[in-house]
Amino acid sequence: MVERAGAIDVHGLWKIFGPEERRLSAPPVDEPSAAFRARTGSTIAVRDLSFSIARGEVFVVMGLSGSGKSTLVRCLTRLIEPTFGELRLDGEDVRAMDERRLRELRRRTVSMVFQHFGLLPHRRVIENVAFGLEIRGEPKGERLRRAEEMLDLVGLSHVAASYPDQLSGGMQQRVGLARALAVDPEVMLFDEPFSALDPLIRRDMQAEVKRLHREQGRTMVFITHDLAEALKLGDRILVMREGAAVQLGTPAEIVGAPADDYVADFVRDVPRSHVLTLRWVMRPLAPGEPAGDGPAFSAETVIRDALPAAAASEAPLRVFEGGVVVGLVERGRILGLIAGAGEPAAGASESV
Amino acid sequence: MGVATAAAERARLGRPSRRLLLALLAGGAALLWVVFRGTGTLPHDEGSPVFSALNELRAWIDANRATNPVLVLLIDVVRGAIDLLVTTISDLLHAIGWPGVTLGMGALAYALAGRRIALIVLAGFLAFGVLGLWEESIDTLALTLASVVLSLLVGFPLGILAGRSDRFHAAILPVLDVMQIMPTFAYLAPLVLFFLIGPASAAIATAIYAIPTTIRITALGIRGVPETTIEAARSLGATPFQVLRRVQIPMARRTLVLAINQTMMMALAMVVITALISAPGLGASIITALQKVNVGSAFQAGLAIVIMAIVLDRLTAGAADRAEREDRSGRTRDEAARRRIVIGVLAVGLIAVLLSLLSGIGDDWPKALRFSFVKPVNDLSDWVKTSFYDLTTGLKDLVTYGLINPLQAVLVSAPVWLVIGTVAGLALLASSARAAVVAGSALLAVALLGLWEHAMITLASTLIAAAITLGAGLLLGIAAARSDRYAAAQRPFLDAAQTMPAFVYLLPALALFGPTRFTAIVAAFIYAAPSVIRLVEDGLRGVPAGVVEAATSSGTTPRQLLWKVQLPMSRASLLLAANQGIVLVLAMVVVGGLVGGGGLGYDVVAGFSQRTEFGKGLAAGIAIVLLGVMLDRVTQAAGARRDELHAAHGA
Repeated sequence: MVERAGAIDVHGLWKIFGPEERRLSAPPVDEPSAAFRARTGSTIAVRDLSFSIARGEVFVVMGLSGSGKSTLVRCLTRLIEPTFGELRLDGEDVRAMDERRLRELRRRTVSMVFQHFGLLPHRRVIENVAFGLEIRGEPKGERLRRAEEMLDLVGLSHVAASYPDQLSGGMQQRVGLARALAVDPEVMLFDEPFSALDPLIRRDMQAEVKRLHREQGRTMVFITHDLAEALKLGDRILVMREGAAVQLGTPAEIVGAPADDYVADFVRDVPRSHVLTLRWVMRPLAPGEPAGDGPAFSAETVIRDALPAAAASEAPLRVFEGGVVVGLVERGRILGLIAGAGEPAAGASESV
Repeated sequence: MGVATAAAERARLGRPSRRLLLALLAGGAALLWVVFRGTGTLPHDEGSPVFSALNELRAWIDANRATNPVLVLLIDVVRGAIDLLVTTISDLLHAIGWPGVTLGMGALAYALAGRRIALIVLAGFLAFGVLGLWEESIDTLALTLASVVLSLLVGFPLGILAGRSDRFHAAILPVLDVMQIMPTFAYLAPLVLFFLIGPASAAIATAIYAIPTTIRITALGIRGVPETTIEAARSLGATPFQVLRRVQIPMARRTLVLAINQTMMMALAMVVITALISAPGLGASIITALQKVNVGSAFQAGLAIVIMAIVLDRLTAGAADRAEREDRSGRTRDEAARRRIVIGVLAVGLIAVLLSLLSGIGDDWPKALRFSFVKPVNDLSDWVKTSFYDLTTGLKDLVTYGLINPLQAVLVSAPVWLVIGTVAGLALLASSARAAVVAGSALLAVALLGLWEHAMITLASTLIAAAITLGAGLLLGIAAARSDRYAAAQRPFLDAAQTMPAFVYLLPALALFGPTRFTAIVAAFIYAAPSVIRLVEDGLRGVPAGVVEAATSSGTTPRQLLWKVQLPMSRASLLLAANQGIVLVLAMVVVGGLVGGGGLGYDVVAGFSQRTEFGKGLAAGIAIVLLGVMLDRVTQAAGARRDELHAAHGA
């Protein structure tokens, strides 16, 4: 188990809010959530979730408000105590940790960015960034030096001596980001960090997170209710509804092969050519069939990026994988997909 | 959905029938009174066994004070420690002497709150000397400071606990509610029983009075810290203590300073009243003057109290404002320069204190620099009394013979069972079955204490004062809500009235009307009306602008707007105003016992001054609390809504 590549392993996780939580000895597996609430008055916020997040992965949890996604992310460091289930971080059992070990985990391994920032209004920006280091008892000079580095990283060196309420929302969230980065965590948790920001600022911040991930490669768990944000950032996306998982897959799998009507409804307005890759529209090459001389693309190319070539060429696009042509894409299939007619070939979606 | 509509339906159908029931109750009570009046009454009995039992209790405690371990602990340890605290502060201030205290306080005010407030503080302390009341003022100040220290020592930890634990918060709120409706007069006697008269009893009584405020505001401040910020600190691995030290307390700083401010105002008001149990200071001067009906001399001391209230209020409020400014915008750039000036000013203050201490000048304020209001005020009072004799006497007689005497006669001649039954019925209709049981039991207990007739006298005055206060408060509150200009003109008066200690209210009433029951009613009106006006105004102004706009756009007249939209929508505030008004009125009517108010208040006062009356005084204190509980329960419909209002304000 310890040797597994998964940075975070969650198995059969439940969270129940209300007096019933203490009375239950086993999860109410067979009772639907609505019936449970009607019978007990308690609420199932997280229902039987299992998933593994690989080291360095950006794992997005998406759902509408009330779907339990914020509760889930708080369960990961036991800011909210889970009711049932297993929870491992790099193989270590998080639920078995005592208070002291848990604090160590929060101080060094996992840090979090919040929707409403959670900055301290009575401290300067730089003292806010250094707060996590102060909490774990680092000497003042060291923590201020580190905080300066972090401010530099998020481009806020010029406001180090300001107070949070003198900054715009976007800048405040950069401070929140720098504070989370300052403790040099292995895992970063984001709880709808950009929902309170203007659309343009939000786009900048998303680019910032992508950049940080590219440069530093930390594991990230990202909570959002915004599908576009999920598709943009996520290596994989977990769609939640009423506390339970509806689908877990790559952006292409979610858009290309929605697990049910709920997800399908969600992704209906997403331009598929922006998300799906050529793999989803290609026709596998029959044995002995000539590949022709159409433009060559990797199977992982997003359809949109192949559009100019497809428009310019009469011959079908050749799709390569591992240096070999594995399929062909005719222009008509692309046009059909953009027009929304005909379902694309079924992609294998991880069952959950 | 179905449940909600059914409840609404029941409420709609229930309203006219409740009105009918109230009419039936009133009619039935009147009929029963006509038939049974004069029977089943409880005339006052000086020899009530309760009184002698309480006297014996006191005798037993006096006899065992030196031997009983619990009493020894209370007297030697608690009383000793608090006495030490009070006398240390008091001796120090007296030893420093007037120049040092004045300049030292001015320097402190400059450091805490800036130049403007430093000038107010300097002027205030000079005024104590000019009025010839330096020594008394310092006694009052020392006792107030000691009581504040005591209140904060107990109140801050409990408030922080209540801010952090929902369970503790829920447990302590009802206790605080009871402490706050208890009229101050009531718990002086039991304290004297255990702690004897003197500074310790006074400080403890004051702390009991002030601590609910400390706890409430502290808890409010801690609870006001946003959940996200606390969660962010926890997510970084902060221990609970780190969250408290580095997040909750710094972020609640302004509210905590406000808690000190409010605690200090409450303490000052109560310290003055503890003169009744022989605490020294300005309160003692007032009581002596009140008992001699020397309006001028009471005015002189009252003025000093008002000045002290202003000085302490501005000083702590200024410090709170500064805390907020610093929290909001950070320290300004010329902070370093300012800090140097502050250190300089503090150094000058310290030197002044040391010089003053070494010179041994003490409380010896120069005689030539004194000014007395005693004679001019007495002259003015006499002139008013003679010039407006017809008016003041007419008003007094009208209320006394037209309202107080008839109501008192009705209540005293009514059978006990009829009064208790009517009150319980009222509580049942206005609030709940539980309220009816509590209110009825409270009255029954009053009867058993042997103070029925005196309680009915106090009740009659209270009801009339409450009716006047609520009526006038409603009108003034409506006026303030409808005119910004009028509200702005009225606000300074309300502010002033609410920062002043209760005794001060007796003065103008006494000056105009002499020592009578009517005087107590006027004082109660001045005391309670500001709260009522405020609550009415807040309630009317709290009606959402959108609703008012919608009503106006459908063509309502201002009158229709008031009756059909604003008053119904602010029902919760109006009921709360009634509840608060009545409880405050009772507290002041009782204090009116000092100026001829009669009833339970007089029994309490007599209990402090005459040893043989002790049992009756103690019983009267308990009876006052019971009356307060009864009145609060009957108007409890507002009490239930008070929580909703709190919740709405907190959100």
